[in-house]
Amino acid sequence: MTQTIDVRGCKTNVRRMGKGPTLLFLHGMRGLDDDPPFLRQLAARFDVVAPDHPGFGKSDDPAWLDSIGDLAYFYADFIEALSLREIHLVGHSIGGWIALQLAVRSCERLRSLSLVSSAGIRVKGIPRADTFMVSPEELGQLLFVDGKLAREFVERESDPQRFGFNFKNQVTSAKLTWQPRLCDPQLEKWLHRVSVPTFILWGDSDRVIPPQYAEALHAAIAGSTVKILPECGHVPTVEKPDEFVGAIAGFIEKAAS
Amino acid sequence: MRVFMFHLMPYQYMDMDYQKRYRAAWVVLPNTEFDPKKGHELYNRYLDELELCAELGFDGIAVNEHHQTAYGLMPSPVVMASALSRRTKDCKIAILGNAFGLREHPLTLAEEHAMIDNITAGRVITGMVRGVGCEYFSFGANPAQSHDRFHEAHDLVVRAWTEPGPFAFEGKFYNFEYVNVWPRPYQQPHPPIWAPSMGSLETIEWASHPSRKYVYLQNYSAVKSVQRYLTMYRAIAEKTWGYTAASEQLGWGAPTYLAETDAKARDEAQVHIESLFNKFLAKTPEMMFPPGYMSASSAANMEQHKKQIRGNVTVDGLIEQGIILCGSPKTVLARLTEAHKLLGFQNFLALLQFGTLPRDLTEKNIRLFAAEVMPALQRLTDKEFVGMDLAAAG
Repeated sequence: MTQTIDVRGCKTNVRRMGKGPTLLFLHGMRGLDDDPPFLRQLAARFDVVAPDHPGFGKSDDPAWLDSIGDLAYFYADFIEALSLREIHLVGHSIGGWIALQLAVRSCERLRSLSLVSSAGIRVKGIPRADTFMVSPEELGQLLFVDGKLAREFVERESDPQRFGFNFKNQVTSAKLTWQPRLCDPQLEKWLHRVSVPTFILWGDSDRVIPPQYAEALHAAIAGSTVKILPECGHVPTVEKPDEFVGAIAGFIEKAAS
Repeated sequence: MRVFMFHLMPYQYMDMDYQKRYRAAWVVLPNTEFDPKKGHELYNRYLDELELCAELGFDGIAVNEHHQTAYGLMPSPVVMASALSRRTKDCKIAILGNAFGLREHPLTLAEEHAMIDNITAGRVITGMVRGVGCEYFSFGANPAQSHDRFHEAHDLVVRAWTEPGPFAFEGKFYNFEYVNVWPRPYQQPHPPIWAPSMGSLETIEWASHPSRKYVYLQNYSAVKSVQRYLTMYRAIAEKTWGYTAASEQLGWGAPTYLAETDAKARDEAQVHIESLFNKFLAKTPEMMFPPGYMSASSAANMEQHKKQIRGNVTVDGLIEQGIILCGSPKTVLARLTEAHKLLGFQNFLALLQFGTLPRDLTEKNIRLFAAEVMPALQRLTDKEFVGMDLAAAG
């Protein structure tokens, strides 16, 4: 299910499974497990391509990586390397930010765009949480509404077996998002260039990137649609996997028709 | 041995119950907790204390940089060094350190150090540091680029001080068409550079490199750690770089408190030294070690250290571990002489004011130290050093 592909010298770990229209999933700051259940569910309907970003998980940490913009160009190369076309691009958190940076450069290979609890833009006066300042316990509470999921998150964060994985993901996340924190104030100037059907999916209780960001993206991207998931925090893929998969699949099936 | 007085200039009037309201005395402690009238009093008192040390024959006086904290009131140590430059005549003025890599334009600091070096006819010592983790929150500087940016800022500044200008600097973080620092530093090729640290293999490897041979200064550490890291410096110089490090390349900094007897010193120091470690220094692991600030191996080693900074520190524990020197002049001199025999460091920095230690006890401490400990230390040479014990670097 996972394979390593070489993108211009950067060894990239990619999960690939399922059949159907191509769905490229870009993960958030905490990286992606080998076989997350929500990807399995998506694979029932799509040809799912889910890489570890350079600097994350089992992919190389290349010397050229300095910014989210670098990752957008990387994914342009990645799409060419895998000859992907008619892509339904889905990005969560900073994965959404990468997806936006890619889309404003070119939507040529895209069929649709889904932004889930997405970082990227700045809404003045509505701060994003500083996930670097807080303890693992506080972060768990910021990320999830469900206390049990928050506790499981803390266990994973402090599991010595996961030290290397967590460390690598956190360092790269800091490198890419520290300043300005979790946004690019220049990005909103170019959102008019997003020319494919766009879906904005958010948890109503997202305390990392508040739901006002969903409204701001909706206002900036012509023809976009928004769905807010009730009783859901920043990670719908984990907190509301069925609703997440249903909403994404429903949007894509409509967009592709 | 050269003996320095090191001042942190804490905001002594901090509400000692602040932890009930805020997570740290750094970054998030609101500046409404600072009273400028008390600030006026403290700045002038602390400068008086450093000037007194200069009069009493210390080899140097030292200041340092921290931001957005009650721990130390010197976001710009250059301002303090400037104030001291015309009020002192012979002693070194050590800026330990300045975080050049936190600056968008490190040459502003290069200019300022060069100015003070000219004013004082070459009495400046330049400490170069990355800054503690908290500064990366305060400055919005990226901790994941900390090492690379520090090294590039260092290279830029040393070139600016030593190469004829103007020249262009083409780096990753810094790009300048015209590098042409006026004034040039008084000392040639440039002011001595020191590398203060709480213990880091990366810093030791960098500082000990034959092209640098910078003074490595170990701060806030149990005497066992001091032994480990100073020996590591000598061992790396010998084995990796192929030269014998001079004892002048090594320094130790420690809070130091003297009174007439050991018991009296302990009792007088207790509440004040405990305020330093439990209140002023207290911060969360997340603030201390933001992602990328430390390498993976150092971060794994730091797990132990994280537990230490969470714990409640006592004066007796600090004395026992040798993190502080506290006792009668005879006791403290014996400890330092013994440590010098084992480690051979030729620079000692005494933190003679710490935490809430008030004016009268600070002055008493300074005078006792200057009269009864310092002269004997200043006479110590490499002859008393027994030689490197490589096992101590393990």
